[in-house]
Amino acid sequence: MAQHQVHHEVDAHTGVPTTGHEWDGIRELNTPLPRWWLGIFYATIVWSVGYWVVYPAWPLITGATQGVIGYASRIEIAKDLALLQQHRATQSSGLAEASLAQIKADPSLFRIAMAQGKAAFGDNCAACHGVGGAGSKGYPNLNDDDWLWGGTLDQIHLTLQHGVRVAGNNDTRVSQMPAFGKDGLLKPAEIRAVANHVRELAGLPTEASADLTKGRELFATNCAACHGDAGKGNKELGAPNLTDAISLYGMDLASLTETIANSRAGVMPAWGPRLDATTVKALTIYVHSLGGGQ
Amino acid sequence: MGAIVSPVRRATMGEFAGMVLAGGAVLPLVLIAALTEDSGYAFHVTLAIAAALGSLILIANRLFQPGQVPAPQEIDGRPNYNMEPVKFATIAAMFWGIAGFSVGLIIALQLAFPVLNFDLPWINFGRLRPLHTSAVIFAFGGNVLLGTSFYVVQRTCRARLAGDIAPWFVILGYNFFIVIAGTGYLLGISQGKEYAEPEWYADLWLTIVWVVYLLVFLLTLAKRKEPHIYVANWFYLAFILTIAVLHIGNNLALPVSVLSPKSYILWSGVQDAMFQWWYGHNAVGFFLTAGFLAIMYYFVPKRAGRPVYSYRLSIIHFWALIFLYIWAGPHHLHYTALPDWAQTLGMTFSIMLWMPSWGGMINGLMTLSGAWDKLRTDPVLRMMVVSLAFYGMSTFEGPLMSIKAVNSLSHYTDWTIGHVHSGALGWVAYISFGAIYCLVPWLWNRKELYSLKLVSWHFWISTLGIVFYISAMWVSGILQGLMWRAYTPLGFLEYSFIETVAAMHPFYAIRALGGALFLTGALIMVFNLWMTVRSGTPESAQDSAPLQPSLVPAE
Repeated sequence: MAQHQVHHEVDAHTGVPTTGHEWDGIRELNTPLPRWWLGIFYATIVWSVGYWVVYPAWPLITGATQGVIGYASRIEIAKDLALLQQHRATQSSGLAEASLAQIKADPSLFRIAMAQGKAAFGDNCAACHGVGGAGSKGYPNLNDDDWLWGGTLDQIHLTLQHGVRVAGNNDTRVSQMPAFGKDGLLKPAEIRAVANHVRELAGLPTEASADLTKGRELFATNCAACHGDAGKGNKELGAPNLTDAISLYGMDLASLTETIANSRAGVMPAWGPRLDATTVKALTIYVHSLGGGQ
Repeated sequence: MGAIVSPVRRATMGEFAGMVLAGGAVLPLVLIAALTEDSGYAFHVTLAIAAALGSLILIANRLFQPGQVPAPQEIDGRPNYNMEPVKFATIAAMFWGIAGFSVGLIIALQLAFPVLNFDLPWINFGRLRPLHTSAVIFAFGGNVLLGTSFYVVQRTCRARLAGDIAPWFVILGYNFFIVIAGTGYLLGISQGKEYAEPEWYADLWLTIVWVVYLLVFLLTLAKRKEPHIYVANWFYLAFILTIAVLHIGNNLALPVSVLSPKSYILWSGVQDAMFQWWYGHNAVGFFLTAGFLAIMYYFVPKRAGRPVYSYRLSIIHFWALIFLYIWAGPHHLHYTALPDWAQTLGMTFSIMLWMPSWGGMINGLMTLSGAWDKLRTDPVLRMMVVSLAFYGMSTFEGPLMSIKAVNSLSHYTDWTIGHVHSGALGWVAYISFGAIYCLVPWLWNRKELYSLKLVSWHFWISTLGIVFYISAMWVSGILQGLMWRAYTPLGFLEYSFIETVAAMHPFYAIRALGGALFLTGALIMVFNLWMTVRSGTPESAQDSAPLQPSLVPAE
């Protein structure tokens, strides 16, 4: 191939010469670069060079060129956050000082607390309790007026602040129902009797073969201390009312058996250390508005 | 003749190396399989033992076969092309393509209807998603690149592939890597780096395969009978070389032990993130762009029967693309812990990349000047032209999304997914389909495809699918971005995250429909190719002249 003859053939259709080479039947035209293409390419380069002058761009031995306007994304985000805080502060300056009862009574403070509470609820609580607070199995419904730890403003605030069964938090809500089956306190047949009695208390149908008398006796000796003789519960102890239709883990026989045998002991984080005081207040107002009262 | 000849001939260098490698690996592999406590890893090592033993049998069998070994470089003065590995890669590409598209459809449905995860670890979204991305990019795309590169480099160099069994080692070794990677994801073996999920042992194996690939390609170029190297081969070489560098750089990991599939990457924190996206973006740049531009530069002028539009443009846009692409990775890390200067460079180099990317589109589209009428009659060419249109669209969208202000809206949303798929479905898959529609009749010596009408059906059904897919993702992505940043007049977030998830549901359903259409099109293609190979009439000797010599030794 030392003497490669170059034929600058001219393409009949375009009138442009080829480069003279051919590979497997493919030739190439020697068309000049499209001017618009080259123009835009140069423009993007000029624009980039300009951008490098204005913004931090090229690394040096230590650090990097900083750009002429002193831009830094950390400064920008700090500015944005400060603006937001300022905006919120002008809207909700009263929220920090006012008590929960005062916020509830003042329509303008209440409106702001509800807006903030709704946003905070969506980001922090909705994952378990649902967007509308309707809950699901194991996660309490917040719309009803059945409250495990009390539904007044102060009770809700305490629950939010310190959480439920949070290790290392002295003020957290704690109750500890024994795992009657796992810890060998009751035998399977006894658990079945107690489960049937609980359904009896709630006015639900029981198994025909169930020993309700035995269930009643076992309930009195094992459960009544916390749940009360009539199963009405005790909010001070976090013992749920067993007689209403509302249940966290289900009132069907299988769920009740599981609850009695293994206990449940769900947890909720303490929001005090995670969110600022105003946000926890706003959340309290919002959650209270869903179904609070008692 | 007449003398007693041993039935076994002397092994070639390639056969000898293959036997040493496979034979030497068996005992250590057996030890590892016996001693490891990880069942998934033991499974992989067992597969490797089977592969090593299988290779030994295949090579030994070859030694008993009559015929001239190594195969002659030329027969009757014409190059004796080695097309059997290309055939294998073509079939593998279609197989993995269908698998990858199907898994894509499944995970699209899982996002729309989470119940389809069935609470099973092996098929949950988290494991199937990398299976989908690896299957379509590396298994489907990779086999298309391997196959076409071996085809194109031979035809444009007028030289037989270098190496005796080396091309087979590359194709089979690469597909073995795919099997290890894919089954690993399902078993929960992953190093958790996007598009680089396979663990250290799979990475090491791929490195060996890739170096042999580079050598085969380079040595074939070295013995070319053409005075110049054709542009498609520049792009293939850039792809092979850069992927080697990227793969090694992003996988510098230290295994916990030789008995464990787990490894830890050398870098930490933001440096690891930077390495990851330097790799990740250039996987797009050099695997999905440079490699497939190489395919375009051969198959489009070939099918259109027209000269390439501009040699000058090809040389300028090639070097500009190669130089600029490698800087663009940091645009994946806007507004993160990555230093501002790196973000600036990532963004500006992406902007400068716009025209060099478009150079390929211009060269492809303008090559049709004088042959536009063929679009009416040739759906294969239509597919390749539409792929160039999608290429142009997504290489405009990319620089746009790299601008920080745009990125602050688009990042982490479905817009990114839509962008990737306009490139992946529209550009990469379409140019691959076009190339395979060309290749199959050439490789199997058929006059033409079984049915151009079916190609038309494939084209329209899958185009409709792509349009459904990307428009659903644009709307859902922009909606998602706007919902995330919406504030109430009081200065609080308007929507909770879960509300934005719920808002995506209809678009996820439309996306799944788009995927189903795309898969349907690909199944039509498989049927068409199958019928072409099975029932197509063999080409007459005269017609085959410009294609390939009929004399191809059986391997």
